[in-house]
Amino acid sequence: MSNTVTAWHLIASGDATLFAIVRLSLSVSLAAVAAAVAIGLPLGAILALTRFPGRAAVIVVLNGFMGLPPVVVGLTVYLLLSRSGPLGEFGLLFTPTAMIIAQALLVLPIIAALTRQTVEDLWLEYRDELSAMGVGRASRVMTLLWDSRFSLVTALLAGFGRAAAEVGTVMIVGGNIDGFTRTMTTTIALETSKGNLALAMGLGIILIFLILLVNAAAWGVRLWALERAG
Amino acid sequence: MRAAVSDLPLALDDVSLTSGATTILDRISLTIGPGAPTFVVGPNGSGKTSLLRLCMGLLAPSRGIVTWGGRTESGPGRRAILFQKPVMLRRSAAANIAYGLGHAGCPRGERARRTQELLDSVGLGALAARPARRLSGGEQQRLALARALARQPEILLLDEPTASLDPAATRFVEEIILAAARSGTKIVMASHDLGQVRRLAGDVVFLVRGSLVEQAEADAFLDRPATPQAAAFVRGDLVF
Repeated sequence: MSNTVTAWHLIASGDATLFAIVRLSLSVSLAAVAAAVAIGLPLGAILALTRFPGRAAVIVVLNGFMGLPPVVVGLTVYLLLSRSGPLGEFGLLFTPTAMIIAQALLVLPIIAALTRQTVEDLWLEYRDELSAMGVGRASRVMTLLWDSRFSLVTALLAGFGRAAAEVGTVMIVGGNIDGFTRTMTTTIALETSKGNLALAMGLGIILIFLILLVNAAAWGVRLWALERAG
Repeated sequence: MRAAVSDLPLALDDVSLTSGATTILDRISLTIGPGAPTFVVGPNGSGKTSLLRLCMGLLAPSRGIVTWGGRTESGPGRRAILFQKPVMLRRSAAANIAYGLGHAGCPRGERARRTQELLDSVGLGALAARPARRLSGGEQQRLALARALARQPEILLLDEPTASLDPAATRFVEEIILAAARSGTKIVMASHDLGQVRRLAGDVVFLVRGSLVEQAEADAFLDRPATPQAAAFVRGDLVF
């Protein structure tokens, strides 16, 4: 019980260490989602509109990768970025950038696969009309992405939830360095194992609160936008 | 928009359309020239929709050829189609029109003015900002019609545009179609409403089960049908 009280006290007092950790976690996960969106939206849309040999296999792999184990992604990125790895010369291992790269890879299949599904469903509905209007390929992609924007928000949220909640990749490629690459989830893991349950619980409460807040905001935007655009 | 080349006459030469073992259209030859509206009539499942889609270029015939102004390849630039169930983009009514205008090559600066004109012309001027998918069935049909007219088509294909509308809405849509016809747009319209044929049609193409049974002037078709099937259809008997 006293742990819970201390946890709320840490939050209420605006503990500097605690909020530095929150800031880092948020910026890493948001940047990762932004990167995954920049690649995943067009990738998913193009996959939805293109027919090529082996397409079914690509879709199965992509859907399967939605459940990639974070530690495996972490390990892969670790090998790529480690000093002897192919990207070792950039010295990115154990930096926030490495964590963004790893989380983006984790989130990318979610965004791309959900975008593919959403856009393909809408394409079935729009195909005749857009063909009759002589809409070109690039313009089709833009139209379909724009008109599925409300559904795509859900894909984005799923991606953010995954990034913000995972421990494995950031632990491996970030190294959990105090004040530099320590995030909410890695701190919770570390502090729990040290027996410092108050800080762990405080962070846990904030993490859940933030995820709820982001979802509530997205829901509000969705309602507001639906009202305006149908 | 309208270049010197023309999509008229639109000609089908011995055109068949099959899907698996099913014959949807069977060896149809017909020529659609400029002038008063051409009506494609026939019972459900006679192939009216497929014929319109072939005319639009959305389907390729299984055999035979379709030509537009003598050309076998013609992009949809001079044609527009109104589907029986119009697709509303998930945007406002005005944005639906502006989208059509944009893809028909209307300069950006003129789109807002043209959009309002088109919305006014179908009686939706006051609903410009309403999400298109929130409009009633009749309003959606009018919006889709305005979006098709935004392309300033030489040929406008209409697939039973009034099938699910009440008499007042039907009258409104018919007036828009007549106005387009008077301004030189060739109307090709599928319908099974004989009253509508009498009100609007110049000539009639009568299909039964994928075959072209009769092609005649509208008055002749309605008053002196040449085939027993057409006679039965005009009488209101059930034709299969």
